Amino acid sequence: MRALHQLSIEQAAGLLAAGEISAVELTRAVLDRIRTTEPLVHAFITLTEEDALAQARQADERRSRGFAGALLGIPIAIKDVILTKGVRTTAGSKILGNFVAPYDATVTRRLREAGAVCVGKLNCDEFAMGSSTENSAYAVTRNPWDLERVPGGSSGGSAAAVAAQQCLGALGTDTGGSIRQPASFCGVVGIKPTYGRVSRYGVVAYASSLDQVGPMARTVTGCALLLGAIAGHDPHDSTSVDRGVPDYAALGTASIRGLRVAIPREYFVEGMDPEVERAVRDGIDVLQSLGAQVTPVSLPHTAYAIPAYYVIATAEASSNLARYDGIKYGLRAAESEGLLAMYMRTRAAGFGTEVKRRIMLGTYALSAGYYDAYYLKAQQVRTLIRRDFADVFTAHDVIVTPTAPTPAFRVGEKTSDPLQMYLSDIFTISINLAGLPALSLPCGITSNGLPIGLQIVGRPFEEPRVLETAYAYEQASAWRQRWPDL
Amino acid sequence: MALGRDTVRHIALLARLDLTEDEVDAFGVQLGHILEHFERLSMLDTAAVPATAHVVDVTTAYRDDVISNPPAAEELRVNAPARDGDFFKVPKIIE
Repeated sequence: MRALHQLSIEQAAGLLAAGEISAVELTRAVLDRIRTTEPLVHAFITLTEEDALAQARQADERRSRGFAGALLGIPIAIKDVILTKGVRTTAGSKILGNFVAPYDATVTRRLREAGAVCVGKLNCDEFAMGSSTENSAYAVTRNPWDLERVPGGSSGGSAAAVAAQQCLGALGTDTGGSIRQPASFCGVVGIKPTYGRVSRYGVVAYASSLDQVGPMARTVTGCALLLGAIAGHDPHDSTSVDRGVPDYAALGTASIRGLRVAIPREYFVEGMDPEVERAVRDGIDVLQSLGAQVTPVSLPHTAYAIPAYYVIATAEASSNLARYDGIKYGLRAAESEGLLAMYMRTRAAGFGTEVKRRIMLGTYALSAGYYDAYYLKAQQVRTLIRRDFADVFTAHDVIVTPTAPTPAFRVGEKTSDPLQMYLSDIFTISINLAGLPALSLPCGITSNGLPIGLQIVGRPFEEPRVLETAYAYEQASAWRQRWPDL
Repeated sequence: MALGRDTVRHIALLARLDLTEDEVDAFGVQLGHILEHFERLSMLDTAAVPATAHVVDVTTAYRDDVISNPPAAEELRVNAPARDGDFFKVPKIIE
């Protein structure tokens, strides 16, 4: 048998249900694994070992009283932009360095109710702004496959922890690719649900028309189980949609025979890594061999997605982050003359460079005389991008693309050029603008040992079809059996 | 083209950010570079295209006016960077 920390969620659930292991044993194994690997990986901002063991004992006790459920006693971890009552929640920022969440986010509460055991809070780019987790005020998380490389971002701690077997699953958030790109870089499965599928109540806001919470795990089924627990309407989030939550994990009989798969030519661009292109094309061949009908299509406004995204996201961020004023919570700069100086010094001391840059960019785009040229224009282009997808989905069931144009890049490689960093989100960003569900799963490993991700995009609320497609591919390939040598 | 230093300082004031002189210079260059990339948007004719603010139809959600989250004043106040008893403390506002 595998070591306990290596189990997938569904494997562990089976052993727990059969009484072969206890939640306490499983949690201890995961905490041991964290102790040996964390000095190398730095995936966590806060570890909650004692809480985790208490939750594990409670899970075992609930099970003894007849409570069942696939997540009961499963050790998971949560990105540090998601509130966890009584536990520090920093959003990767100095400005929230001492902030103890006074309540649980809805997704946290739902995982607790399902009996999941939270082992800690995961590192991320500050306020989820970044593609490498290098913008965290706390640590640079390392990619478990190559410690000289980034895990991707912004949910880099989430992806690295799952890949390093420090937890069986994790929650991340995805505003422009922040679940899928790190999942791709770290060789795990991650899904960004349809906008409105999962509540954002208690999630530190970055760009509210784009932000969405989603799970990561080692397998498609693991992601499906976590998604099933967190999805659903929440009266506390008026953007959450009131519709039923299907059984996402019912994947056993999934067949993709006759599935109409669209391949957008704009996602195979000059300059992309040839090994990535090869692996993704091989992945598409696998889908075809399973009975899918593969057709090339065009998403003609793809080239406008990055500018549209960075206008909209930074404008919304500049507004959302106005709340960090040093009064009710968070950091306050020492002695300042008057309120305005206090605001300005507090924010200067509390925010990192990338957050300042995005607040500046968003403030500029919203400032007098520029609103129509930037923000309104970007929202109109957003409509064109949505229409591109809607057109393709009239005749196709899913769209398949690479998740990122390259495998994980080196720590420090892109920090000096913000625009280059922004361009690494080129294949994930349009999907947030259109609000669609999309999943990344491993489809290859480069010659120097770095994972490659395949992205599967679906129609709004068609997570089941996205998961079924991913599951069919996963069962037909062997990538999930590869582990980082750590 | 880099943004002028006065423009950067004006935006920083609107954003309530006290920038160092080095940051003013660096942001001027970087924002100018990024805004040039944004110019690509102006190549599209969007005169007849409606704006997308949200991808789902967000409508006002109504509910009965019943307290569902009991007041937890102390739990909220413990995060205050400066307080005086039950009050949040701020720098002097009125002379």
